[in-house]
Amino acid sequence: MPERTVAVASAVGLHARPASLFTQAVGAAGIPVTIAKDGGTPVDAASMLRVMALGVKHGEQVTLAAEGDDADRVLDELVELLATDLDAEPEG
Amino acid sequence: MAPGREFTGIGVGRGGAVGPVVLAHAAPRVPPGEPGPADPEAAKAKVAEGFADVAASLGAKADAAAEAGIGTLADVLRATAQMAQDPALREEIDALIDAGTGPAHAVEQVVDTFAQMFLSAGGYLAERVTDLRSVRDRVVARVLGVAEPGVPTLTEPSVVVAEDFSPADTATLDLENTAAIVTRLGGPTSHTAIIAAQLGIPCVVRAEGVGSLRDGDVVAVDAAHGTVTKDPSPELREAIARRVEVIAELASDDAPAATADGVPVQLLANIGTADDAARAAPAAVEGVGLFRTEVLFLDRSTAPTVEEQADVYARVLETFGGRKVVIRTLDAGADKPLAFATQPDEDNPALGVRGYRLVRIDASLLDTQLAALAEAHRRSGVAPWVMAPMIATPAEARDFAERARGHGVQTVGVMVEIPAAALRAREILDEVDFVSLGTNDLTQYTMATDRLRGELSDLLDIWQPAVLDLVAATAMAGLEAGKPVGVCGESAGDPVMALVLLGLGVTSLSMSVSATPLVRFALRHHTADQCRLIAQAARSSSDAAQARAAALALVSRDVREALGLS
Repeated sequence: MPERTVAVASAVGLHARPASLFTQAVGAAGIPVTIAKDGGTPVDAASMLRVMALGVKHGEQVTLAAEGDDADRVLDELVELLATDLDAEPEG
Repeated sequence: MAPGREFTGIGVGRGGAVGPVVLAHAAPRVPPGEPGPADPEAAKAKVAEGFADVAASLGAKADAAAEAGIGTLADVLRATAQMAQDPALREEIDALIDAGTGPAHAVEQVVDTFAQMFLSAGGYLAERVTDLRSVRDRVVARVLGVAEPGVPTLTEPSVVVAEDFSPADTATLDLENTAAIVTRLGGPTSHTAIIAAQLGIPCVVRAEGVGSLRDGDVVAVDAAHGTVTKDPSPELREAIARRVEVIAELASDDAPAATADGVPVQLLANIGTADDAARAAPAAVEGVGLFRTEVLFLDRSTAPTVEEQADVYARVLETFGGRKVVIRTLDAGADKPLAFATQPDEDNPALGVRGYRLVRIDASLLDTQLAALAEAHRRSGVAPWVMAPMIATPAEARDFAERARGHGVQTVGVMVEIPAAALRAREILDEVDFVSLGTNDLTQYTMATDRLRGELSDLLDIWQPAVLDLVAATAMAGLEAGKPVGVCGESAGDPVMALVLLGLGVTSLSMSVSATPLVRFALRHHTADQCRLIAQAARSSSDAAQARAAALALVSRDVREALGLS
């Protein structure tokens, strides 16, 4: 199963707006994706509650894994998202 | 309950209101004997429908909030809507229903598991628990077929009282008629507090005991003091009404600061970075009285280049679009050590080679900075003012002025923070265009008191009459020379001290931007003569505490009460 490891770039960590944007992107990808922190148990990456409960802080590494035809492309896009400071964008 | 009973919590903002209590509806209770589902598929469908309804209604409220320009609220509501559609949440609820748990119980149990997890994580997650529970309550109400929890329709300006508010609750608030918000739970960074602050609604959170209030009880909410008073006295009603007027006045007053009789006083901002400048520029300030340049040099092993510095200075000058910007040259040493400028092994760094004195060891730091200022002037078309810290003698002032003018900087000043400079301010002003009093260091050096020793804090007080004497001597020298004398210590942001400083003859006050409305308000309500009397009273006292008390006693009662000064 394809995997990627990336450090979370958002200053607040994977919380709030960054967690929301990330889980929405996973939901839109249409294939099952999991996220795990530091060798922990992987959880459903489309669940904002599960993702926020991981408590990932700025600079901490997470491992994404996906299954499906498009898994590599989806993972690359998600890695790029996590490597961006999602909280730095202008508020709505 | 006794009339006049007071509940204490944490106030948000400075406002207040008096009005009848309207209790927000409590959450539905899941009946203890809820039967297991006869038809699990139908029960799951009902729960799914409940979540979908709640998510849709939150989404609609988010859109309405976005349209009304309340972006923070819209973001919060969208995030809550997303929680209501969370796949993990729904899977676990469905699994419980399949295992024979009643639907309302299943919703409650699963949401509470997440809530517990968030609570034990603390911080940001713990504060999302209110949102999570509001989703739970709304879904449970739908599953049970009972009235939706939340705030009833308000028919007059009311004080809305609740255990806590979710963003969904705050979104349904009728802003016209919500005079104040009171919650028993929550905290200063909870949604209720954040949204109330953004909407300018007086708010008290964590008000212990307000659960005993009933619909129609008349209460006074005082956010400045964090109190909720049942059956308030006429005096309290009056005080709150006056404060509300003052807040309206503070918010609308962006005219240049002046005394009641029209003597102008420049109010300026203290900044440390270009970002600070961007935040300060929209405020009603006439420019920057102190741009501390140390931040540019921190965490570096070598000094920033002319280019790097000029970029930042030009950005700040452009941000203020031609308003006055006073840039202080590097004030390294003592409590602000820098890798490449700090002198090692000084026994007494506060009295050592710091500030302007670094030129004795290495003049290149200062020359680079002055060249960068001249370059920033060329790029922005705005002429900066420059001043040097830690000047002790007229000769040092002359040397600095020559260097600065040699680089093409036109308006040159020095800081007065060493008593010797205050005593010889007249001679120093012969060499430069202006001076600025750094009251923190001036106090430290006048009282021979280390700024970092807490047990000496009574000595380290700008209200010490000896310090005020030196401020007076400097201001007097400025009046004689016809040159500006500013103050850029934190003391300028104290409204009472601001009146004293003006009374002593200071012409500009530089402070953190948030302090400017209060200072402007205090100045507007006193004439220049009153300020002189206030200053005299302070200087005639024998110690710092007496000096402040004597000054405060002459401050107009309206200002004292309006700003809550005591």
